[in-house]
Amino acid sequence: MTARSVAMTIEQVAVRFGGLVAISDMSFTVGEGEIVSLIGPNGAGKTTAFNVMTGFLEPSAGRVTYRDTALNGLKPHQIADLGLIRTFQRTSVFPNDTVYDNLLIGLHRQGRVRLLDAILGLPGARASERKLRQRASELIEWVGLERRAHDAAGSLSYGEQRLVGVALALAAEPSMLLLDEPVSGMNASETHRFVELIRDIRSRGITILLVEHDMPMVMTVSDRIVVLNYGRIIAEGSPDVIRNDPAVIEAYLGHGAARA
Amino acid sequence: MRIVVTILAVAALASVPLWLRDPYLLNALITTGIFIIGAMSLNLLLGFTGQLSLGHIAFFGIGAYVSALTSLGFDIGLPGGVRLVHEPWPPIVGLVFAILIAGLCGYFVGLLSFRVRGAYFVIVTISFAEVVRLVALNWVELTQGPLALTNIPSIVLPLSGFGELTLRTKLQNYYLVLVVALVAYLLIARLVHSHFGRAMRGLMENETLAVSVGIDVTKTLTLAAVISAAIAGAAGSLYAHYIRIIDPEVFAFINTVTMVIMVISGGKGSLAGPVVGGLIFGLLPVALRPIMAPEAQWIAYGGVLMAILFVLPRGIVPSLAQRLVRRRSGTAALAPVALAETAAKEQA
Repeated sequence: MTARSVAMTIEQVAVRFGGLVAISDMSFTVGEGEIVSLIGPNGAGKTTAFNVMTGFLEPSAGRVTYRDTALNGLKPHQIADLGLIRTFQRTSVFPNDTVYDNLLIGLHRQGRVRLLDAILGLPGARASERKLRQRASELIEWVGLERRAHDAAGSLSYGEQRLVGVALALAAEPSMLLLDEPVSGMNASETHRFVELIRDIRSRGITILLVEHDMPMVMTVSDRIVVLNYGRIIAEGSPDVIRNDPAVIEAYLGHGAARA
Repeated sequence: MRIVVTILAVAALASVPLWLRDPYLLNALITTGIFIIGAMSLNLLLGFTGQLSLGHIAFFGIGAYVSALTSLGFDIGLPGGVRLVHEPWPPIVGLVFAILIAGLCGYFVGLLSFRVRGAYFVIVTISFAEVVRLVALNWVELTQGPLALTNIPSIVLPLSGFGELTLRTKLQNYYLVLVVALVAYLLIARLVHSHFGRAMRGLMENETLAVSVGIDVTKTLTLAAVISAAIAGAAGSLYAHYIRIIDPEVFAFINTVTMVIMVISGGKGSLAGPVVGGLIFGLLPVALRPIMAPEAQWIAYGGVLMAILFVLPRGIVPSLAQRLVRRRSGTAALAPVALAETAAKEQA
């Protein structure tokens, strides 16, 4: 693990909403090509941490660095341009567009052509359009939603919408992907399929940071796990270490269970 | 299918002067056409980014004044005793300036308001239109104030090898407006189907998700405002050179409301919507004039608008397209909003 170069560094990040401390002092790193999970009970500050890393929230203190670029003060779309892409717990699709059009919107970073070229329909712009359509079809095939390609994304089942969300994030060509509770609301077979997708994403050399409640899934897929509780990191290590850590067991199961 | 409908519609509109000889009706069609261009530009903002510009007539009026002043010339005193004298230039140059300067105004209004958006944009645009109206009313040396700019020259088309063609007759102006409207329509169609159009749609549907895939909100919305304002400026220029007299009343709030009604009734977010809505509300005064007093006409417009939105709540074009799709596929199972959106896109 130590041989990897570091992709993301979170240094002494704190987030306070007025008097409420969401994250008190968080420091950890994510290596290139690694799958790291951020876990913790509800309200531990996991999604807040995601929002800080992707520019949706400015930290009260501390700094986040991605591949030697400080992210403080950057807007979400600028952070996306660095190749740092996230998914969302709830708002994962453009509901009124078809799945296919969703992916075309997601391919925004690949489709930037000069506006005048697009208006005049110049060959360069048309070639770019063809490439985007090709890529959108590939991504739909990759998540296995070919049959739903021309249905409005809002009409899909919850699990299918999560898949569209991941395909959308991948359309933005990430070098690091942040997945916010991707399998919540999925059934066992959907979750199993999703784990395969995550492994496939990693095999493309994409670093992954995962926030998830589904412990069996986290334990199977992660290289390393960071445990948050009340805005603080209480443990960090491989799945085996975390499984047996008394502080983690106490946070999840309560004081009595830890003693037993 | 869509292309056939478009070509048939254009052919029908192009044939109108061949069988319609009544100058009064032709005049109504020309001014309606000019307002439809304005409504199309408003639809680019309202229908495709969700931002309501309630001062849209400002860009139209600025286009009209810029074009008129470019072709009339002016002689004004500036602070410090300097005099700025402009000799008259050809009206066609005025049209170009109208587009550029209206677009520039769109840029500043967009830059000012899109950091906060929504209600703020509505307020900024209303205020902007009012400020521009007061300038036109009070800077008498430049605009003649309430006395109006008169004798604005008609547009002259330079024809290589054949000298010039002055567009003086209603017939010529009808085709001029039709051509400009067609160009504006195709421009907007290309835009909304490009990567830029997809960025606008993404922002309107789910802004958080859109920025997370790298879409720049401020840049996208400002660009939409610039293009929208530039097209409105072109419409204003056509208006000035056709009517040939411009006064500050052109900035009246009711003119913006007329464009909004055209867009909403025809169907915002649909390319053909403003054309259909514009034809109805542009020609309704002509139909009602013989039978109603002006005050009663306004009440009638309100009634017609309500009737349209009651029967076809998403506007004429999207609602009809939705029904057509539903009849063809025989399913009403999908969410109606989602279906209509797809339908609107297909017909657009």
